[in-house]
Amino acid sequence: MAKKFELNEVEVWDGNYAASQALRQAQVDVVAAYPITPSTPIVENYGAYQANGFVDGEFVMVESEHGAMSGCVGAAAAGGRVATATSSQGFALMTEVLYQASGMRMPIVLTVVNRALASPLNVRGDHSDMYLGRDSGWIQLDAFNSQEAYDLTLCAFKIAEHLDVRLPTMVHQDGFTTSHKAQNVRPLQDEVAYKFVGDYKPVDDMLDFTRPVTHGAQTEEDWHFEHKAKQHKALMDSPKVIDEVFKEFKELTGREYKRVESYMMDDAEVAMVILGSSVETAVLAAKELREKEGIKVGIIAPRNFRPFPFDLIRDELDRENLKAVVCMDKSAPGGAMGALFNEVAGALTSTKARPMVTNYIYGLGGRDFSIEEAQRIMKEQKAHADAGHITTQIQQFSGVRGPKLGFYETRRGK
Amino acid sequence: MVEIRWHSRAGQGAVTGAKGLGSVVATTGKEVQAYALYGSAKRGAAMNAFNRIDDKPITNHETKMSPDYVFVIDPALAFSDDITKNDKPDTKYIITTHLPKEELIAQIPELQDKKDRVYVVDCIQISLDTIGRSMPNTPVLGAFMKVSGMYDLDFFLENMKKVLSKFPQKIIDANMEAITRAYNEVK
Repeated sequence: MAKKFELNEVEVWDGNYAASQALRQAQVDVVAAYPITPSTPIVENYGAYQANGFVDGEFVMVESEHGAMSGCVGAAAAGGRVATATSSQGFALMTEVLYQASGMRMPIVLTVVNRALASPLNVRGDHSDMYLGRDSGWIQLDAFNSQEAYDLTLCAFKIAEHLDVRLPTMVHQDGFTTSHKAQNVRPLQDEVAYKFVGDYKPVDDMLDFTRPVTHGAQTEEDWHFEHKAKQHKALMDSPKVIDEVFKEFKELTGREYKRVESYMMDDAEVAMVILGSSVETAVLAAKELREKEGIKVGIIAPRNFRPFPFDLIRDELDRENLKAVVCMDKSAPGGAMGALFNEVAGALTSTKARPMVTNYIYGLGGRDFSIEEAQRIMKEQKAHADAGHITTQIQQFSGVRGPKLGFYETRRGK
Repeated sequence: MVEIRWHSRAGQGAVTGAKGLGSVVATTGKEVQAYALYGSAKRGAAMNAFNRIDDKPITNHETKMSPDYVFVIDPALAFSDDITKNDKPDTKYIITTHLPKEELIAQIPELQDKKDRVYVVDCIQISLDTIGRSMPNTPVLGAFMKVSGMYDLDFFLENMKKVLSKFPQKIIDANMEAITRAYNEVK
C-alpha cells in the first residue's frame, strides 16, 4: 500500500511538480517514460515517488518516446491505469503510437509540456507539439498555470477512463512558463484526489484470460472507415462527460473549468482568441486597456483544444457588439494560416454577426509575450473595428526581428 | 506587487533561492511566482531568476520585469551583466562583493546615480565560512530581509528551515548561520 504524502493546504509548485503529484495521487498502474526537457521533472519526480514507496505501480524505463508510448499501449491493453509525459521531439517520436493508442481506444493520460520543435534546436516553449497532436484522436486539455496543470491532470483520468469516452487524453502546459514557474498551488489531500479520480475500470483487458480479446487488429477497406467514424463520434460526444467531470471538480474544489474560457466578452467590441499561459497575460492586458483607454476587449481561450469546441466558440463570437477578432497562434504555421485562426474562422462562417478575423503568429521558441505587445495587437483590432474593415494584412507576426512580415489582404468592406 | 530579478551563474542556486523565498512568502498568505530564464545553460553561464510577490493571484506570465529589487549573487556579474536593465527610480540593488561599497560603485558607471539604493554583502565569503562552499543563494535572502524589512529575521529563519527540511541538519544549521550573518553584515 502506497505511503501517504504530506501536503500543505498551499504549496509552491511549478507545473511539472504539480503534474507529477497528480499522477502520484491517481495511483497509476504503469508509467513507461523517457525523459525530455522541459517535461523531465514529471517522470523524474514520479520515479522518486515510486522508489520511495509513494506509489504501488510500475515505472518502466524505455529506450525512446516511441518505446514509452508503446509500453503505455501494452499496459493499457493489459488492463491498467497508464500515464506518461513528454515534450517536443519526444512527442514527435511518439506520434506514430499516439494514433495507435487512440485507435485502440486506450484511455492513457499524457502530460505534455509544450516545447518548440527543431530545427533550430530549442528547449523553450511554444505550441508546435500541441498542434502536432491535434489530428491524433486524443482529447487535448490546456492548462494556463501550474494549479490548472494539477487540476486538469486529475480530471484527465476521469474523462479518459469514463465508459462513455475511453479515449486517451493529453494535458498540455507551457514549457518553462508553466512547467518551471513555481506558483501557489492548492492540492487535494491524497484520499480526496483518489476518490475523485476513482478506481480504474478495465474494458476488454488482455489479462482477463477467461475472455480473450484482440487489440490493434488489421482491417483494410472493409472496416477501417467504420472504426475511424466511431472514434470521431466518441470524440464529438466526449464534451458531455468533460462537462460532467468539470462540474464534479468544481463541487469538490470550487475551481471552475469550462471547455471554452471567456473573459469580459459580454460587451466586447474586439476579442483575442489565445491558448496556454498567454491567456492570463492577455486577460491582464485587456483589463488594463479597458481601464486606461476604454477599449472593450474580451478574451476567448479554448480549454479543450480537441475535440475543438466549435459550438461554444461560435456562441462566444456570435455577438452583435463584436466587430474584430484576432487569433493568436504560437506555432510555426508552415505555409498556411495559423491552425487556431483556421478553426475559429471556420466556426465564424456560420454565425449571424460574422466579425472580422485576423491572425498573429507569436511567441515561437519561447519568445516573451508582453502586456505591451498584447495591448498593441488589441488596439490594432479596435482600429479594424473603427474602420469597418481589416486595416492590416490578415496574417502578421508579433515580436519577430527583421522586415515586417504579413500575408493576404481582406476583400471585405474596404 | 514586489518584483525581484536575480543575476546569477548556473550552479549558484538562484532558482532554489527564488523558490525558497517564494515558499516562505506563500506561508504568509501571499501569492508568489518563482521562475528562471535559462535553457540548456551550463554551469557557470550567466542566468536570471525572478520572483513576483503580491496579495492577489499573479497572472502576468511576461518574463521581462521592472524589478523592485535586483540581487547580484556573483561578484563579476555586477560588471559584466546589465544589472540596471528595465529598472525603476526606486529599484534597490543587493550586490555580492568583497569590495567596500564606494569602491564597487566607483567602478560601475550605471550605479553612479543610484548610490543610496545600492547594498553590498559578501555572500560568497559568508557561504564559504558557514556552508563550506560557494553558495550565495541563501545568504542573499538574509540581506534581503534586512534591506526590505519584509519579515523578522527569526520568522524567516523558522520558515526557511521548513523549506530546507530535506537536507541534513548540518546543512540546515549552516544555512541559518549564513542567512543571519548576511542579515547583520549587509551595508
